[in-house]
This record gives sequence, structure tokens and C-alpha cells, in this order.
Amino acid sequence: MRTILAAALVRRCEDKDFAFLTGDLGFMALEPVRAAAGARFINAGVAEQNMVSVAAGMARLGFRPWVYSIAPFIYARAFEQIRNDVCFHKLPVFLVGNGGGYAYGVMGATHHALQDYGALLGLPNLKVYVPAFAADVPVAAERIARAGGPAYFRLGSDETPKNFVLPAYASWRRLLVGGGPTLIIVGPLAGGILGAAMQRPTEIRPTLWVLSELPVLADEIPAALVEDIQRSGHLVVVEEHVAEGGAGQALAYALLLRGAAPQHFSHRHALGYPSGFYGSQNYHRKECGLDPQSILALTEKP
Amino acid sequence: MAQKTTFDPRWGAGPILARGGVSCVADPENRVTTPDAQQEVAVKELHRRARLRLLRMHYESGVGHLGGNLSALDLLLTLHHRVMGKDDLFVLSKGHAAGALYVTLWSLGRLSDEELVQFHKDHTRLVGHPQADAIPDIVFATGSLGHGLGLSAGLGLGKRLRGQPGRVFCLMSDGEWNEGSTWESLIFVAHHGLAAVVPIIDLNGLQGFGTTTEVADLGCLADKLRGFGLEVREIDGHDPEAIRDALSVEMPVRPMAVVARTVKGHGVSFMENRMEWHYLPMSAEQYAQAVEEAKRR
Ligand SMILES: Cc1ncc(C[n+]2csc(CCOP(=O)(O)OP(=O)(O)O)c2C)c(N)n1
Ligand SMILES: [Mg+2]
Repeated sequence: MRTILAAALVRRCEDKDFAFLTGDLGFMALEPVRAAAGARFINAGVAEQNMVSVAAGMARLGFRPWVYSIAPFIYARAFEQIRNDVCFHKLPVFLVGNGGGYAYGVMGATHHALQDYGALLGLPNLKVYVPAFAADVPVAAERIARAGGPAYFRLGSDETPKNFVLPAYASWRRLLVGGGPTLIIVGPLAGGILGAAMQRPTEIRPTLWVLSELPVLADEIPAALVEDIQRSGHLVVVEEHVAEGGAGQALAYALLLRGAAPQHFSHRHALGYPSGFYGSQNYHRKECGLDPQSILALTEKP
Repeated sequence: MAQKTTFDPRWGAGPILARGGVSCVADPENRVTTPDAQQEVAVKELHRRARLRLLRMHYESGVGHLGGNLSALDLLLTLHHRVMGKDDLFVLSKGHAAGALYVTLWSLGRLSDEELVQFHKDHTRLVGHPQADAIPDIVFATGSLGHGLGLSAGLGLGKRLRGQPGRVFCLMSDGEWNEGSTWESLIFVAHHGLAAVVPIIDLNGLQGFGTTTEVADLGCLADKLRGFGLEVREIDGHDPEAIRDALSVEMPVRPMAVVARTVKGHGVSFMENRMEWHYLPMSAEQYAQAVEEAKRR
């Protein structure tokens, strides 16, 4: 997704307010942005706290900086700078966290971001964008820039199934209709599960929604989704993030407020490292029951 | 700022040397050019008046934090009245000196006397540490130490990229140099040669729970800064002429810093160099004594 973002941002370079800061990352991805942005491309070094403060200072003068690092290093290391310098002032600073969830796999826990949007969503004025598919990235980037407030852009890897015609990017999208439970998936995790669910008979496969923008607000939940939940009687929420502060909790709460609580509710989420062993992103997903087979087993349970 | 400005009749009216224009700083056009002797008297009167107002504000609101406000006041006044022009920006990195900044803005006619009365009260804009977007003259909310230099670096870099004139003055404490983020920002300022960014360090030797030497001794901070390639001016942070001279330079070629030797609690004998005055509010007797001393200066 980040090479696609780089291409999208190259097109934004003409905007005099565009600026890009990286925390010394982006080899084999950000070179085009560096070439196009010139002096407005800044490698701020391995110094994320300063990088976010610098971005806030620039934004105060009218710049709209994108600030890039691996997800954990941007949201966790510079958390206070995000809160005080960016969010308190409602500044257009767009944080890009590459590799949400277990994306950095066997690189280990320090490189994972399992608590990122949960931690950030309590901050004022900040919106989180979790594109699910590569094709979403340029559209979401455009929306971030247009919204003009603090944003966290959580990137992952694309698993768009072949032969699937994606509806255009939106905060909520229904990708599949079936006779099973209503399944809501946050971000790129949707790709693999969608691919597997497409192979299943319509009567038993889930009605699959993908969620790409947070926070979840009760009155922004689409009416069609509420209908799906009521009709199916079972809501399953799946995300590559811990339960605490995640989309599952937020959805349960929002549906209660909306007076549309599902009869049955299941939540599959990151569990950390239950076995104490480490591996690829898929290894960790599997350990948490986030792999397509486990999810379908859950949704097809009689 | 569409806001009524009044002055406390007890201490005279309005800024002495100049009146603030559209920004929080003295308009150079309006600067009173008086003969040296007269100027000296006017400066002295400004500082005396502001110190008294600072004490009264803290006393009436029952607020501590006086030590670091008194050590920073001469720097803030000189900077705002006699150094900064309309293109310059200011960041208060040591946010707990908000009181001294409010009084400085008051002395420029940017905050009213009624407003100072609201300091630290309920439903106020004048919070213990500057609030985001509450007062147009205050560019950034601060209060967590170690943010100001990075924010200033961003403002300085932004100005350079835009080709905008002006400098960014950043008032820092010495305790703040314990923060890793401060050093990140120093590296950034030095590496990018951000000469528009001017850190001013209130070197009072005291921090939250000990002296800077006891807590995390940096030896000579000025030498450390020089080691990073900055041009460093060491001055007496309570000498208005020295402060003005150190800061009133054309844009330097390489980044500079001003290390201002100060006294925490300056001007009130029983507060000077005493850690408790980072925290304590004054009793009525203490206030009376503080006022006596400040009046005599
Ligand atoms: C990040 C952070 N940690 C702790 C504090 C609490 N605190 C407020 S002032 C201060 C130290 C005061 O000493 P110094 O920074 O040197 O300021 P000054 O002497 O100029 O008042 C501390 C620890 C804070 N404001 N921010
Ligand atoms: Mg100090």
C-alpha cells in the first residue's frame, strides 16, 4: 500500500502546502516523493517526537504535512506530541503508520501495532483511516487531505481477491451478501476473508462489510447495516487490534446507543502472543483465529 | 484581537515603550526612541510594573510556580517589547511560566486587566499552562516540557520553505534539557541550519525536585550547544540591555542560542534560589514583603 500512497502523494506535491516528513524509513518506496517534493521532503531522522512537533509547527504556518514511519514508532513513540502539538490545535498533520497490526510479522512485537487506533481514538479531533485494499489508498488519502484535521492512516498489505469488483472506497462498504451472520471486518484483513467467503454457497456465507474509518459513531452506521444485523441476528466483528479500544467494543456501544443491539455478538481480535512464539503476520493471525478458515468456521457454526 | 484592553490604574497605563500592533509584539514603527537615560528609566519602570503585576496576579489567584516566572520575566519583557518585530513568533517551551507571559502580553496591551484577574480561576482563558487557541498571541499550547524547540523548528522550517521573514524565539528552561525530545530538536535545528530559530535558555540552576547539578548534571550547557554547532551567547538574564543586545542581531548565518543566567525567584529575596517557590503560593505577609521589595527595585 505504501508504494501506492507514494504515487498518490507525488501527485499532491504540486500543492504548495504539501510537505512530507519521514522518521528515516521508506527505502524502496518513498524515493518518488523525495524526488518530487524537493525541500519539502524531510528525513527527520530517527527522532519521531521531534518529527511530529516539527510537523505541527509547519502546519501552524499553513503546511499540510504527511508524517511517515512504521506504525508503532509514529503512534506510540510520539503520542504526547500527537496529542498536545497536533490534536489540541486541530492541525492538518497526517500521520502515516505503515504496517498496522501484525504486518511486520517475524520482526517481532516491537514492530507490531496492536493498540494503535485504540490509543489514538481517545484524542480530540483525530480520525483514523484503515484502507482495506490497495485501490482504497489514493481515495482515502484524498479524503484525509480534504478533511484537513489530524489523521492517522493505518496501512497494511493488500489482499484484494482476484476477480472481485471492488466498490469505491467509503467508510462503510458491503462487499458480500449471504444467508449467514453479519460480518464486519476492519481494514486489510478483509481481503483474505472475502476471498474465502466468496467460494462458499450464498446461503451459508456471511454478509460481509468492511469498515475503514474510525471512530464508529452511532448515527453514522448505515441503515442497511443495521438491517443486516437485525435480519441475521448475529454480528461478528473482526479486527487486527486488541479488544480494548478496538472497533468491536465501539460497535457494540454504538449499536446499543442506536437501539439496534444484535441478538448475538462475536468479536475476533488480536490477542498478543498467546503461545510466546513468533512468526509471520499469517502465523499471528492464525493464532488469534483471525485467518479466513477460522473466521468462516465461526460464521458457519450452526 | 477584538478585545477591550484596560490597564490597572495602580501601576500606570499601557505599554511603556511601545504598544502592540496586530501581533503580540511592539510595532517597531511606534517604538519610542528616547535618549538613553530616559530609556533606561522607562525600561526599569516597565519591569517593575510587570513584576508587581505578576506577584499580584499570583497572590490574588493563590497560585505557586512563581520561581520560574520571576526568572523568566526580564527575558520575556525584553524580547516582546524590544526585540520581536511583526514577523517574529514566540513559543513558550517552559509552559509553567504562563503567568509571566500573560503579564507580558498585558504590558503590551494584548490582555486586559480584568482578564488577568481570571488567572487560574474557573471559566478562564488564562490557564496555568497556555491553552491551545485561547489567546491569538499564543501560538502553541505548552506545559509538557520538551516540546517547544521542536515546534519552533517546524515554524522556522516553514518560514524558510515559504520564504517568509522573521525569527522564532523559544523560551526554554534548563530542566527541559533532561528531555530526549529537546535533544532531538537541537540536532534537527543544527542539521538544518535553522538560524531563524532562537532558543533562549533560562538557566536558573533549579528544576522540579533538586538543582540541575544534582538531578542530571550537564556541566556547561553552553559548551554542549556549541558542540552541536550553535553560536552561543551567554548573558545575564536579568539585564535588559544584555538581553536585547544578544537577541537584536541580523539573522545569523548559523543557528544561535542564548544562555541566560538567571535566578529562580528573581527580585524577591526570600524566593531567590529556593526550590519551594516553584510550588508555593504566597501568604499575605509574604506578598506584602514581595511587593515592598519589587517596588524598591
Ligand atoms: C514532560 C514534563 N514532565 C514533568 C513536568 C513537571 N514539571 C513542571 S516544571 C518542572 C521542572 C522545573 O524546572 P525547570 O524545567 O528548570 O523550569 P524553571 O526552573 O525555569 O521553572 C517539572 C518537572 C512537566 N511540566 N513536563
Ligand atoms: Mg530551571
